[in-house]
Amino acid sequence: MRNQASYWAFIVHRISGLGLALFLPFHFYVLSLALEEARLNNFLQWTDAPLVKLAESGLVLLLAAHMAGGLRLLVLEFFPWHDWQKTVIALGAAVAFAFGILFLMRAI
Amino acid sequence: MSRADLWLYVAQRVSAMILAPLVIVHLLTIIYAIQGGLTAAEILQRTQGSLLWGSLYGLFVVAVAVHGSIGLRAIIKEMSIWRGRSLDLAMGLFGLSLLYLGMRAVMAVV
Repeated sequence: MRNQASYWAFIVHRISGLGLALFLPFHFYVLSLALEEARLNNFLQWTDAPLVKLAESGLVLLLAAHMAGGLRLLVLEFFPWHDWQKTVIALGAAVAFAFGILFLMRAI
Repeated sequence: MSRADLWLYVAQRVSAMILAPLVIVHLLTIIYAIQGGLTAAEILQRTQGSLLWGSLYGLFVVAVAVHGSIGLRAIIKEMSIWRGRSLDLAMGLFGLSLLYLGMRAVMAVV
């Protein structure tokens, strides 16, 4: 590993990717409940619980972090930028984006 | 890197490039949609009969099935001793399951 920052970016990307891959089958299953609208509504009522909202915010954070981390990787591989610039810019964007989304979700 | 691994690498990068803008749209839609709570009727009102949402989510599902299964394969290869044909087969099945469940979800809401 070149430095600690890129190591953490790697770890976050792995963990968020794994979490999202495992979450997706459940996400798709719940959406398919819309074939019977009442069943989807029952499920959506459950998502009003504060703990579920917190978990959902975590999922949004995972998604935003994985996207920002992925963009960082694409930039690293396809643009001829200096290494330190890439890391700092991408990590800044990742953190800002992730917290922005989380804040919005909690504030609304 | 074998020829198959090279193709998986390309598929992983191409699917990532497709997913990035779709994820941004998805995150913005989530934040917009959760305001004032979420109901099935509200979701269906937005998506039902919409060619735009149907194609966006359809593309989203295809890209994520490719991306998720290749990514999971890479993580498992890195963190365990599982590799070879059985892993490839399992990850192929995982991708196909994502494709099936995802398309079923799209058809339910569009």
